[in-house]
Amino acid sequence: MRKKLSKVLMKGNEAIGEGAVRAGCRYFFGYPITPQSELPHYLAKRLPEENGVYLQSESETSAINMVYGAAGAGSRVMTSSSGPGISLMQEGISYIAGAELPCVIVNMMRGGPGLGNIAPAQSDYLQAVKGGGHGDYFVVCIAPASVQEIIDFMYDAFDIADKYFTPVMVLADGILGQMMEPVEFKENQEMELPEKPWAANGKRGRESKNIINSLYIVPEDLEEHNFKLKDKYSIIEEKEQRWEEYYTEDAELVLTAFGTSARVCKAVVDKARQEGLAVGLIRPIMVWPFPQKAFDKVIHSAKQFLTVEMNTGQMVEDVKLAVAGRRPVYFTGRPGGMLPIANDIFEEVKKLMSGGAE
Amino acid sequence: MKKVFTRPESFNDIPMHYCPGCTHGIIHRLVAETIDELNMVDRAIGVAPVGCSVFIYNYIDCDMYQASHGRAPAVATGVKRVVPDGVVFTYQGDGDMAAIGTAEIVHAAARGENITVIFVNNAVYAMTGGQMAPTTLMGQKTTTTPHGRESDANGYPVKMAEMLSTLDGSSYISRVSVHDPKNINKAKKSIKKAFEVQMENKGFTMVEVLSICPTNWGLSPKESVKWLDENMIPYYPLGEYKVPAEV
Ligand SMILES: Cc1ncc(C[n+]2csc(CCOP(=O)(O)OP(=O)(O)O)c2C)c(N)n1
Ligand code: SF4
Repeated sequence: MRKKLSKVLMKGNEAIGEGAVRAGCRYFFGYPITPQSELPHYLAKRLPEENGVYLQSESETSAINMVYGAAGAGSRVMTSSSGPGISLMQEGISYIAGAELPCVIVNMMRGGPGLGNIAPAQSDYLQAVKGGGHGDYFVVCIAPASVQEIIDFMYDAFDIADKYFTPVMVLADGILGQMMEPVEFKENQEMELPEKPWAANGKRGRESKNIINSLYIVPEDLEEHNFKLKDKYSIIEEKEQRWEEYYTEDAELVLTAFGTSARVCKAVVDKARQEGLAVGLIRPIMVWPFPQKAFDKVIHSAKQFLTVEMNTGQMVEDVKLAVAGRRPVYFTGRPGGMLPIANDIFEEVKKLMSGGAE
Repeated sequence: MKKVFTRPESFNDIPMHYCPGCTHGIIHRLVAETIDELNMVDRAIGVAPVGCSVFIYNYIDCDMYQASHGRAPAVATGVKRVVPDGVVFTYQGDGDMAAIGTAEIVHAAARGENITVIFVNNAVYAMTGGQMAPTTLMGQKTTTTPHGRESDANGYPVKMAEMLSTLDGSSYISRVSVHDPKNINKAKKSIKKAFEVQMENKGFTMVEVLSICPTNWGLSPKESVKWLDENMIPYYPLGEYKVPAEV
């Protein structure tokens, strides 16, 4: 049991750093980019206190390959970036998925495409949940919506990475990174980290060598490896779906939103309920695996769905797959670093509930 | 009778996939001999990216990483930071290190990363079919320079040993060749020295090894050896470019 301690005020980006350290992460490799800078600043101070290593790499390409090496050597390791840097990491993430190494990657999403801007956005949803790099793989994606959740989810992120030998992405946006909220830390206990007998850290008397590899030159062998990965992803899809339900039991219109847009949507649900409208919210906490089960659960009362995102419509594709044609699915969103406004969404909700979608 | 030559213990006894006459196998053996002689098979950790030597993890009997194209120095950095008492080396081709991986190698050297890089310069991209490499000589014919490398279109070959030896973080930098027994012996000494410098935590070490590729050069192994001697060595002079003070 971890005992609760008193609350402290913390910025989201720093909370990621502190959460990671408390979850046993001792290695961080990264390259500067806004809007996640407070995280490397924090870890540059914090990791040496724990005999860990903070290293600023020459690029995100290098950072993710340093992560590959450090993860292969058996450590808990993390990197963090935003849009353009995450794109540069995709080849490395694919290798990490192929070699089945555990690590955590933070994406503090900003506006795109291209250089876009540094304002908060949810523009990388599809890149995050559909693999992102080359080859046949998925990355577990966790989407906190508060600074407290960041702290709590860092433990989960590292645990899931180790449990399933997989990269885990923490998908958040610049608002969450900059936001200051009171958080509660659990008492720091000695963490029991899993043994990693597969790690390539020198044979040291081991009978045979360990090899970290994603190359399977014989097609039959790669096919077998691909099916093995697929089986793993199926288990993750079955066991790790996570979501929050907010007034969904009797909801006729179900909003779907994650992260910062979910916070806006909660205000919309509150307002709708005050006016007697049966509106609820499904907030995916895991965006991969996507919470299919949440949609099966509400489908009996739900008449329609409205997805709200800080982009031009990405997660709405997964909502449509989850609803599977059983009900209409609508979308509203603001890209480019603009925030969806509760009043605007509420107007949309009223229009839909009065049958005025078309 | 005294045994003068034997397979190094850390060299797995399995058939190699290299073409007849290819000198990759010799360079592998020199690394394995060094691992044996420095008694470090339990601490040695190798990183090899793509290229003809991608299967080195099958041949050398220590812990190994297969890395993406050009990124071995970054992977080795991650490994070494977690395992500071490991003896970490990369084994990279010239396309890998002198083109796609220049940022990684330059910054590993600049950081003085305590690793050893074995850089195999065969003047072509061998694995992908003999295309021009950054180290391809002026006038040299490759599948992508059918009329020979010309400066107008392709610029000039990159001299990695010279370039890296200018960095303060690098500690031991040399260029050797394996085209004849005398040079093989010298190469072995240099590789061993590089590992020793790493084991003394003196910083970044690299041995550039000139190597033949009969298949993509379109020459017999014998002709290849001659071609290396007459063409590569004049452009890529052999020797130690940087040696730490006390070694
Ligand atoms: C990102 C990426 N680009 C291209 C390739 C294809 N590729 C594989 S090996 C190689 C060149 C290897 O040449 P070199 O490093 O000189 O080694 P050699 O084969 O000559 O020993 C290339 C271009 C790849 N695997 N990954
Ligand atoms: S293609 Fe060239 S470098 Fe590759 S194995 Fe054959 S001879 Fe050696």
